[in-house]
Amino acid sequence: VSGDVLLQPAHAIAAAVKARRVSAREVTQAAIARIEVANGRLHAFTDLTLERAIGEADAVDAAVAKGLAPPLAGVPYAVKNLFDISGVVTRAGSKINRDNPPAKTDSTLVRKMKVTGAVLLGGLNMGEYAYDFTGENFHDGASLNPHDPSRMSGGSSGGSGTALAAGMVAASLGSDTNGSIRVPSSFCGLFGLKPTFGRLSRAGTFPFCASIDHLGPMARSAIDLALLFDALQGDDPADPMQVRRAPVAATVEIQKGIAGLRIAVADGYFRKNGMPEAFAAVDKVAGALGAKRTVTVPEAVRARASAYVITTAESSALHLSRLQTRPGDFDPDVRDRLLSGAMVPAAWVIQAHRFRSWFRQAMREVFKDIDVILAPATPFHALPSGTKVVTLDGVTMPARPNIGLFTQPISLAGLPVVTVPVWLDGANLPIGVQVIAPAWREDLALRVARQLERDNVAAAPLARQMEAA
Amino acid sequence: MTRPLDAKSHAEHMAKVLDLTILPEWQPTVVQHLATTAAAAELILSFPLDDHVEPAPVFEP
Repeated sequence: VSGDVLLQPAHAIAAAVKARRVSAREVTQAAIARIEVANGRLHAFTDLTLERAIGEADAVDAAVAKGLAPPLAGVPYAVKNLFDISGVVTRAGSKINRDNPPAKTDSTLVRKMKVTGAVLLGGLNMGEYAYDFTGENFHDGASLNPHDPSRMSGGSSGGSGTALAAGMVAASLGSDTNGSIRVPSSFCGLFGLKPTFGRLSRAGTFPFCASIDHLGPMARSAIDLALLFDALQGDDPADPMQVRRAPVAATVEIQKGIAGLRIAVADGYFRKNGMPEAFAAVDKVAGALGAKRTVTVPEAVRARASAYVITTAESSALHLSRLQTRPGDFDPDVRDRLLSGAMVPAAWVIQAHRFRSWFRQAMREVFKDIDVILAPATPFHALPSGTKVVTLDGVTMPARPNIGLFTQPISLAGLPVVTVPVWLDGANLPIGVQVIAPAWREDLALRVARQLERDNVAAAPLARQMEAA
Repeated sequence: MTRPLDAKSHAEHMAKVLDLTILPEWQPTVVQHLATTAAAAELILSFPLDDHVEPAPVFEP
């Protein structure tokens, strides 16, 4: 029974634990058993915190026995390994950071998960220093796609996608600078929330590009995203870039449906450079929502270019001393990008930041007339592992950077996005659609995601081959 | 930018400035990435921005 409960969405697990139909300890033991069966070939976890998990589960069971009802009671989850976990070395996908001492305390969001009753199973594989869209890791092996293990999980929060789609956990936390939650959500067929920039505290996580880094949850249900988002919100003076805003009551808002929402499909840039499945998924979602309007995201090409320049320059500056002293210890693909980023003239970066201000204002104007924008999350289904080049609209280009071509412009503006998983008729793989809302209106994107889930247009089933595991 | 970046020369010069070691087998990829970044930068630099459009750093002293 506990094994069956484990494969339910997080909200169902929490309900079962709170109703004492199953104990948090039983769910945790089922999760551990599943990790032991599946992790060896899928490379989702890099660090396991099993003793801690049992301890947290027992604490939840004790709380429930006393009549308390923590919202994420007994929900097994794990975090991208750039989140500090007390007692674990925060490797951030790297070899170099393994020389650091173990984290003394949990990151802010891990603390919040614990307070709300979730049970931490460990740290998850990721692309080195988050400079990645593949989920491939030079040091730890590639986190693989449970729907087809010959394919990428998507990155850089690759293990966060793998563990969820394989049913090892019911929720995961990731980070997203240019698409690193939205890409694995698309490739692994999951619901993923990249909140508004500045919404969630990043304290106690290893940075990539502080100007654009976001943290957020991934799950197998839109309702779960709302539960997780409510658990994670809140002011934290330890993150100097967090913006003080009143929290959204996501679990309440998500029930409101979509009546009255003005929903439009992004045209232009977002209807080019993709395989047919990317646009078919958007059209399926738009059709189900009755969205007939289109909208142009202004200067999307430049928005992506701006994110590209800021990311490479800022991340390279962060790693400069490591590039000087230990260049041979990086993942070669990441190292060469960082080396080039260290050489970017200052004027390029500052101009990119100025363009970002222009783009923010332009997007505010766009959202005066509409509430939600739909766009592809990735240009294609999950690629075969090791893919180096892709051909889009007749142009052959490097695969790695272009996996994120639809996600990158949106995060530059800091806009909240829920990626919803779509299974097209006859498809063997899922693909995601970005549901994009105005700044601070995660509730709107969640409402749309929930409607799509309710109507069976978006769904995040476990990988078929994992169901019998 | 008024003329295309000579990415190879720029990489060689900046490697010295920043005390970076770039092994010969790494160099073509580094140069290629620099050229890609330069192309992205050119898109931004060619976009007219009013003098009063400022970066938006969040810094609360």
